[in-house]
Amino acid sequence: MAFRHAVIERNSILLLVLTLLTVSIGGLVEIVPLFAVETTIERVAGVRPYAPLELMGRNIYIREGCYLCHSQQIRPLRDEVERYGHYSLAAESMYDHPFQWGSKRTGPDLARVGGKYSNEWHAAHMIDPRSVVPESIMPAYPFLDRPLDYALIADHLKANRAVGVPYTDEMVASARADLEAQSNPDADSTALLKRYPKAVVAAFDGNAARITEMDALIAYLQMLGTLVKFSDVKPDALRQ
Amino acid sequence: MAAETERDAVTGRETTGHEWDGIKELNNPLPTWWLYTFYASIVFAIVWSVLYPSLPWLDGVLGHSERRSIVATMNKAAAEQRPYVDRILKTSLDEIRVDPDLLTFARTGGRIAFNNNCVPCHQAGGAGTRGYPSLADDDWLWGGTLAEIEQTIRFGIRTEHDKTHSSMMPRFGADSMLTSAQIDDVVEYVRSLSKSPHDAARAARGAGVYAENCVACHMEGGAGNREIGAPALNDAIWLYGGDRAAIRTSVFMARSGVMPAWQDRLDDATIKMLTLYVHGLGGGK
Repeated sequence: MAFRHAVIERNSILLLVLTLLTVSIGGLVEIVPLFAVETTIERVAGVRPYAPLELMGRNIYIREGCYLCHSQQIRPLRDEVERYGHYSLAAESMYDHPFQWGSKRTGPDLARVGGKYSNEWHAAHMIDPRSVVPESIMPAYPFLDRPLDYALIADHLKANRAVGVPYTDEMVASARADLEAQSNPDADSTALLKRYPKAVVAAFDGNAARITEMDALIAYLQMLGTLVKFSDVKPDALRQ
Repeated sequence: MAAETERDAVTGRETTGHEWDGIKELNNPLPTWWLYTFYASIVFAIVWSVLYPSLPWLDGVLGHSERRSIVATMNKAAAEQRPYVDRILKTSLDEIRVDPDLLTFARTGGRIAFNNNCVPCHQAGGAGTRGYPSLADDDWLWGGTLAEIEQTIRFGIRTEHDKTHSSMMPRFGADSMLTSAQIDDVVEYVRSLSKSPHDAARAARGAGVYAENCVACHMEGGAGNREIGAPALNDAIWLYGGDRAAIRTSVFMARSGVMPAWQDRLDDATIKMLTLYVHGLGGGK
């Protein structure tokens, strides 16, 4: 062979040029599609930013590493669609920073878990998974029954806004009130529901008097997969 | 340059000319099979990315789409089941019940839906657990006929749905409607209804408390009332436990179990199949 490595290795200019060429091909293949990432997000009605309590619950979900065992991504395969429901859309995680698709299912997928079980079930299941699912190998999270630290909730919204989540000034200003309203079924939740349609309002852990990490996490779980009305979604209309 | 190459005396291979502490590196080429497999995989990747969707702007010449393909797969599966599913949709629950062929299909489909959706609360085979009633016995909170079971599955219990089952037991202790002593008395009376060990003197006093506060829903003698989901107290079946502490908590705080509505989650055929499966677990009326 006329073109040998030895030639490249002994000519530093040629080596430099070919190295740059190789690296830039790899770089372009990875970077250029990112400029079109917006076009991969479907236009479906209903997806909204997380309500403040749900956002705090999401932070706990990430803190406890739930994504290590639970995915939030239903693939377009018959067994998954029959078990979990409609396959996941990119639009459903458009306000996730970072997304929680996960890559491992030691536990079941959670993309459509919202509304599937009662709040009481979730609370009992977090405190002792074996009490409701005897064969479960999930760790127990009884310590979530501690007060939720939400002093910085407005800043959490602002941080998300900085990376593109469309929280309005009004949402940021009322973040604390919205968080408290969502965890108390006796509170006036009209404003909350106007800002965050379909938000579930309840004493998630069974006690309206205090806001716990359990409240936040269950509020988050109960909204997963509930925003898009899939009976209205047509596959071909999903193309951008 | 060729003059600079050096051959290793032992193997006869060319060396790279690099030396570390007297050890020289052989200049072995990549194995040929490995190299050509590598080239082949590059060619494969290029061909694949032309045939299938690879970049955001390229749909692939085969026009393949996972999202269209899942629709086709689901339609094919539905078509295979259509003869049965159509009959299930058209036939009333009572008629399916006496049609062995259709009933077998419905109960099998119902079992699959039950295992996927209901087992986390009602447990395998509908055995039930604390707070989640057994569906395999004939003790029903909201009724065990086919129509009643279907309604419960569709609209749930204490949900947001208009047609949901709903009732609210007062919190006799937490809202100071009864004194602590009265609650202890009525607990003994409730235990006496199911012939559980109890303090006869307290139970006699508790009978008065029961007549004034509980009888309207739980009925005379603790017979219960399925219209409003008031459980029977005269059997030894307890949803939240039959020991004194558990009954006391039930009177003090009141329980109000919630079951989600499945109307929007499951299709009509699945709900009917589920109804027949639950009805057939052992306690259907």
